[in-house]
Amino acid sequence: MAEPILSVRDLHTEFVANEGIIRAVDGVSFDVFQGRTLGVVGESGCGKSVTARSILGIVERPGRVTGGQIILRPADGPPVDLLKLPAKAMRDIRGPEIALVFQEPMASFSQYYTIGNQIMEGIRLHLGLSRRAARDRAIELLDMVGVPQPSRRVDEYPFQLSGGLRQRVMIAMALSCDPRVLIADEPTTALDVTTQAQILDLLRDLQQKQGLALILITHDMGVIAEMAHDVAVMYLGRAVETGPVGEIFSAPRHPYTRALLRSIPTVLAKPRTRLPTIEGSIPHPSNRPTGCAYHPRCLEIIDERCRAQEPPETGAATTRIRCFLHGGAA
Amino acid sequence: MITFIVRRLLLGLFTVWLISMLAFAIIQLPPGDFVDSYIANLAAGGASVSADEANAMRKLYGMGQPIYVQYGKWIVRVVAGDLGESMEWRRPVAEVIGDRIWLTLLLSFAALLVTWGLALPIGIFSAVRQYSVADYIFTLIGFIGIAVPNFLLALIILYAAFRYLGLSVGGLFSAEYALAPWTWDKVKDLSWHLPLPAMILALSGTAQLIRIMRANLLDELRKPYVVTARAKGLSEMRTILKYPVRAALNPFASNIAYLFPYLVSGSIIISIVLGLPTVGPLLVRALIAQDVYLGGAIVLLLGVLTVIGTFISDLVLMWVDPRLRHQMD
Repeated sequence: MAEPILSVRDLHTEFVANEGIIRAVDGVSFDVFQGRTLGVVGESGCGKSVTARSILGIVERPGRVTGGQIILRPADGPPVDLLKLPAKAMRDIRGPEIALVFQEPMASFSQYYTIGNQIMEGIRLHLGLSRRAARDRAIELLDMVGVPQPSRRVDEYPFQLSGGLRQRVMIAMALSCDPRVLIADEPTTALDVTTQAQILDLLRDLQQKQGLALILITHDMGVIAEMAHDVAVMYLGRAVETGPVGEIFSAPRHPYTRALLRSIPTVLAKPRTRLPTIEGSIPHPSNRPTGCAYHPRCLEIIDERCRAQEPPETGAATTRIRCFLHGGAA
Repeated sequence: MITFIVRRLLLGLFTVWLISMLAFAIIQLPPGDFVDSYIANLAAGGASVSADEANAMRKLYGMGQPIYVQYGKWIVRVVAGDLGESMEWRRPVAEVIGDRIWLTLLLSFAALLVTWGLALPIGIFSAVRQYSVADYIFTLIGFIGIAVPNFLLALIILYAAFRYLGLSVGGLFSAEYALAPWTWDKVKDLSWHLPLPAMILALSGTAQLIRIMRANLLDELRKPYVVTARAKGLSEMRTILKYPVRAALNPFASNIAYLFPYLVSGSIIISIVLGLPTVGPLLVRALIAQDVYLGGAIVLLLGVLTVIGTFISDLVLMWVDPRLRHQMD
């Protein structure tokens, strides 16, 4: 397999709060390859979005990235560690190298400027096009993502568009500077089911055409099954299991992954049976359980070791896992 | 959109009409009719009015006729520019008010510019650097500004300027220009005198506006669209100025209307303290002296100015808020 475009290694992002330091991202590692989709899955609050923001270097105060490496391999030139880049150079990464599609297309646009204005901004900044050329490109992009009547829509305001159209515009905006890595942070959560399917189709289509490396953040295992090539399952700021989507779905190894897969509704289930759920709820990151963070909810807990010791990451390069059931015996 | 403007305009006219009735009510308030008190006033001053003159005046003002006829006669004259006679000054009201209304407007406008010119940048800075040392210092100054009455500050400045600099900072003109006709030199003189009262007048408004701007912007800074802008690779300065500041400014457009009468009425005491030739002190004197036509005229003028301010504020709001513009189509 080729070298990954983007490698995240042992990423740590912390927030300073009144309760103490919250480790929102606590040692996440994964690789993203050109033309492939990495699905990042986990429950709310597991650090998915913060991971995305950490990669782009836009974690808001009081949060900050405290450790790890984010290696980007640009098309030309040697690999760079994004965490070591000066602010100005990092701004030139955002847009032309890595772009982000957000969860809420309404709130993620400013209501005071036309969508054309908001798309053209990045084009003019990074590609140095004239106003007219940037506008032409914006119209082209809108056309590409399937916005009807793009030359008219370009002058409209976000509140004049439907949710699905807004998300298409958001994708057009993210693609405006030809990024090589696209991070989609729950891109379909705020949309209704049919629109969700259309947006996912669009993302897949664009990825194939442009050879994008896509990081798809979601809490929906169904979306992962449909879209992803590789999966990283996150729990409390860590990737507990990573691997190719086929292996994860056919032979999940981590008890958390198994629990997540059990809780997908299927048409084969017996009518009127309860959908399995994961017992308990995610602990607040400020009082992370000792040992394996999942042990209080784990159905396959082995012994005291799970409570006392942190399972190390084991396994092959592409399939890694953090669980004492699968090695890491100290 | 045009129907909206027309509707607003008609509503404004209706409001002005109501205000005119209020002003007329003020004129009618004192016991006895105006001519009686006018004659009594003249007599007190040693002059006398013949019975013919008194009757002519009664006829002019429609005394003895139903109230709506009196109002009708009055409003017709007002529209024609005749605001009646000031008892105290024994001159037409229009002449007494004269330049004062324009000087009042000028002073208010200058104060508004100072308010915005100081409050917006400081408010933005305080929000972006929330809880920094500078933010605390501005907060402290802001609370002092809200707490200290303007006139007290005016007195202190008057005293300090006189005691330590030997300057007399009162008034809007130097003595030699106060009654002179308008010339370039007089305008220059005015521009020297204007900043200090404008700044004193602007103080409490500025302090409040800093707090409002800071709070508005703190709200906006947490919105997802700010993250979007950052993710586009915009510089922090440009991100903040283009997006959240733009949104935080919106409430200010709608505040113009409220700020305006506040500045006019807030300036009364300062105008008295600093001896400014504005309408504020005139209104106070007119009310004390029961100078009904002068008082009524000033109330009417202030009311009309407020309505105009509201109308302008509507237009500005429509201009700055695309949502509003499109709702109306």
